[in-house]
Amino acid sequence: MIDFTFTEEQDLFQKAAREFAETKIAPHVPEMEGTGQSWDPVIKELGEAEMMAITIPEEYGGLGLGAVVRLIALEEIARISVATAMMMQVGGLGIDPIINFGSDEQKKKYLPGLASGERFATVAVTEPTGGSDPKNCRTTYKKQNGSYILNGRKCFITNSHIADTQVVLAVDEDNPEAFSTFILELGMDGFKPTHVEHKVGMRGCNTGEIEMNHCEVPTENLLGQEGKGMRVSMVGISETGRGGMVGCALGLHKACLEASVKFANERILYGKPISRLQGQQFKIAEMKIDLEAGRLLGYRAASIQDKGGRAGNEYAVAKYFTTEAAQRAAKMAADIHGGYGCMEEYPVTRYVRDSFVLGPSAGTSDIMKVIVARWALS
Amino acid sequence: MLRFVVCVKAVPEPKAAEELKIDPVTKSLARLDIPLVINPLDRNALEVALLIKEQSAAHITVISMGPPPAGDIVKECLALGADNGILLSDPSFAGADAFVTAYTLAKAIEKVAAVDVVLCGRASSDGATEWVGPELAIFLDMPVVTMVREFVESEGTSWKVKADLENGYRLVQVELPAVFTVTQDVNTPHTLSFSGIIKARKKEITTWGLDDLALPAESVGLKGSPTIVSNLTYVESKRECQIIEGTLEEKVDILINKLVEAGVI
Repeated sequence: MIDFTFTEEQDLFQKAAREFAETKIAPHVPEMEGTGQSWDPVIKELGEAEMMAITIPEEYGGLGLGAVVRLIALEEIARISVATAMMMQVGGLGIDPIINFGSDEQKKKYLPGLASGERFATVAVTEPTGGSDPKNCRTTYKKQNGSYILNGRKCFITNSHIADTQVVLAVDEDNPEAFSTFILELGMDGFKPTHVEHKVGMRGCNTGEIEMNHCEVPTENLLGQEGKGMRVSMVGISETGRGGMVGCALGLHKACLEASVKFANERILYGKPISRLQGQQFKIAEMKIDLEAGRLLGYRAASIQDKGGRAGNEYAVAKYFTTEAAQRAAKMAADIHGGYGCMEEYPVTRYVRDSFVLGPSAGTSDIMKVIVARWALS
Repeated sequence: MLRFVVCVKAVPEPKAAEELKIDPVTKSLARLDIPLVINPLDRNALEVALLIKEQSAAHITVISMGPPPAGDIVKECLALGADNGILLSDPSFAGADAFVTAYTLAKAIEKVAAVDVVLCGRASSDGATEWVGPELAIFLDMPVVTMVREFVESEGTSWKVKADLENGYRLVQVELPAVFTVTQDVNTPHTLSFSGIIKARKKEITTWGLDDLALPAESVGLKGSPTIVSNLTYVESKRECQIIEGTLEEKVDILINKLVEAGVI
């Protein structure tokens, strides 16, 4: 028999995440929105609340809880601040390759600090030439005197300026078919974050560029096997990355629905709340249907991952559906608010802006369709 | 080692207050239809014990009386840091007023054996009688200090607490064992943590019914309750908007008259 409900313990995790988001993250949202920065306080909160420890094994100081609980946490945090959820999700994306491909020494060195929040991570694949075509990577490495020398530039990197532990994909300078992944630490000579992006949405979520200029990386920082780095980077993106975006989308979608229901019940037109008007009801119904469907897709994929299965295809379906649905939900939420939906004191304007950023992250909707089509045709 | 008992009540989620329904027969709230949460002031009470436990050796037992779903809030208390939980659940306990609730809780606390400190929230967010704490003290034959907002000295067997009065506070020295009811000013409860939830996996919740407490059925629940609720009604709050016309001076005069008529000023 299939049980689609959370366990009692998962209900408690949801409650804890909601309480955390409402009490610890919500107070920082106005500052993040106003400045487009101010990410430091929420990063600290994420660490203190053990949010970065969720998927890290207990033996390395984590909670060992898995993908479903991570999705629960991201959904609740994104309901309050998609920007914060985005930094958390990409932080997890930087942790994931170390868990799956790291040597025991690397795990011991990095994971306890990442679990406690002393360290913060990211993964850097995307380059100015595009994120959807990682094989066209221009960041190079070459072995020299027992180290690797990296040169290149990565862009649109979430956590670029706050992550002290960055998992970076590079191509062999002498072999365009050989990719390797390295753990770079802020402070390494020749490695630095450069430009900070100003995004239309998810304001307060740190996004920017990093530069490797003759950056010398010790061999012990090679993650996984030399020449097999594409897998190291992409496995995490296909599951943890897309799963994380599902969490961001579900949380935003839920926020849109809640704001719409509240407004529709309070706004009086023609002598009655607009929630009694069928035109508005249809919008709310569509939002609710999409949210229910999206949650089933997302939690199913996470459940497969937790059982040890490969869930990249299921996540591609869920990522496509939930991010597209969240964009529709944000538009409908703004429509329900009428003129107020254009005023910044109403959160729906933020939801519309945030929804824009959901699409391209961890693979555009078109790339998701390519993956899903490949799956269906295989 | 200090032995705490914290009494917690499952109350309807305040955010779902509009969904509350009154049972027309028993004149009580149909609690099972909406989500239940820990009574907010009981969470303050639990936090008192948890903060003391951070400083010195202590054992915290949480007791709640309610239908089986109330077990969820006991579990939550364990995740917050309590050591073990007891759920008093039996069909015959249903419909208990404050007096019988305190009586039943007292019998359970006696069964727990040695207890140094009993903590309760000042009131529940649904019933709000403020009687359970003091009545519990009577049944347990312990001193009680109500409306405690600060534990000034909480070491040894003689504690000093600051308790609210209408226009000030009392400084009370009390010998343990004792019962305290606390206000929201006593602390800010910490939030539920993921590691706390994991630790709660190994903690035990015991369920006690009528037979476990060896009580006659007529002494508990609705049958044992001397309180008769003659009626319980919904309070409707209506808002009405009036537009006052005229010059600024005229508007102010009209407004003042309206406020006087309404008895506001």
